[in-house]
Amino acid sequence: MVEAEVWGLLEEIPDPEIPVISLVDLGVIRSVDVSNGHVRIEFTPTFLGCPALEYMKRAIEEKVPGAEVQVIQDDSWSTDKITAAGREKLREAGFAPPAPRLIQLQSQVHKCPYCGSTETRLENIFGPTPCRSLRYCDSCRQPFEQFKTI
Amino acid sequence: MREQLLAIADDELFLGWRESEWTGIAPMLEEDVAFSSIAQNEIGHARAIYQLLVGEDGDADALAFDRPLEEYRCAPFVELHLLDWAHTIARRWLYETADEIRIAALKADADPAVAGLAAKIDREETYHRMHAEMWHEHLKDEPRFRDAVEELWPYAIGMLPEELRADLAGRIGLTLPSDNLSQAHERGTHTDELAPMWEEMTEVRRSAPAGAQW
Repeated sequence: MVEAEVWGLLEEIPDPEIPVISLVDLGVIRSVDVSNGHVRIEFTPTFLGCPALEYMKRAIEEKVPGAEVQVIQDDSWSTDKITAAGREKLREAGFAPPAPRLIQLQSQVHKCPYCGSTETRLENIFGPTPCRSLRYCDSCRQPFEQFKTI
Repeated sequence: MREQLLAIADDELFLGWRESEWTGIAPMLEEDVAFSSIAQNEIGHARAIYQLLVGEDGDADALAFDRPLEEYRCAPFVELHLLDWAHTIARRWLYETADEIRIAALKADADPAVAGLAAKIDREETYHRMHAEMWHEHLKDEPRFRDAVEELWPYAIGMLPEELRADLAGRIGLTLPSDNLSQAHERGTHTDELAPMWEEMTEVRRSAPAGAQW
């Protein structure tokens, strides 16, 4: 097996809570290394308390049999690691993708994923999972889930 | 350093448990959701620190749940069973303010594993601080809230090692008692509330030593 094949397999694993995006889209696969037939995959958690972490690790092990999956608990994942394709898939599914960290720090603009309006307001910092906030769009009068930038 | 990390992990585990007690009974739905998420994050931070301490293949649950009570390093502050919203929010605000100070110190640690994990935890804590600051802004002029902050202050001091306490006092706007080491509720002592909390937390684990399956 070569590295590209491993990446291809990982792209087929959906996020357990938001199945429209894959683990690769989510940016949680930090590296894939294949040497002498041994596959080593570095996996970074999103939120440390996310109950899907164990599930994701097992899903990788099942998808790539024999792979060594190493969980990396450092600071290498942020929402900026979500790929451009992943962000678009989130938006299409009605989730506002997280603003890039640089932009978030400079402005507090949050766009509605349905109508694109920036006339939105925070309803609750916390939402159905730790990674999401709840916002309301004053233009199209839709509540929506906003990915937190972390 | 091991002792310091264990103290923080124990604080996060027991405070996370306390915050989760509001799930379903907070004064408003938004706070049900907020407290549940915060509790989940804090317990996740505890798990990650325990894992760091036992190594990647070690048993973090055993470290978290199987120690004799006297070996837990949590501060008395996180053990308090607070049934009143003003006190609960006062503790949230005091806790997050103190936690920010010690996480900043850990981010500068020479060990990249410690500094990296601290930086990751800090990203999530940003949202806890926003929530705590929002409530502090709402309640800061309310006498009930001010009283709760003052009542809990000697407990909050006990969260931090002595060298970080002046910074906390400055941010909270209260004075540190001159003999704060004798007046604070220090880490290493426990309230009577730790034992019943730990018993509840570990009940299933202790009743099924071979591991509960469902």
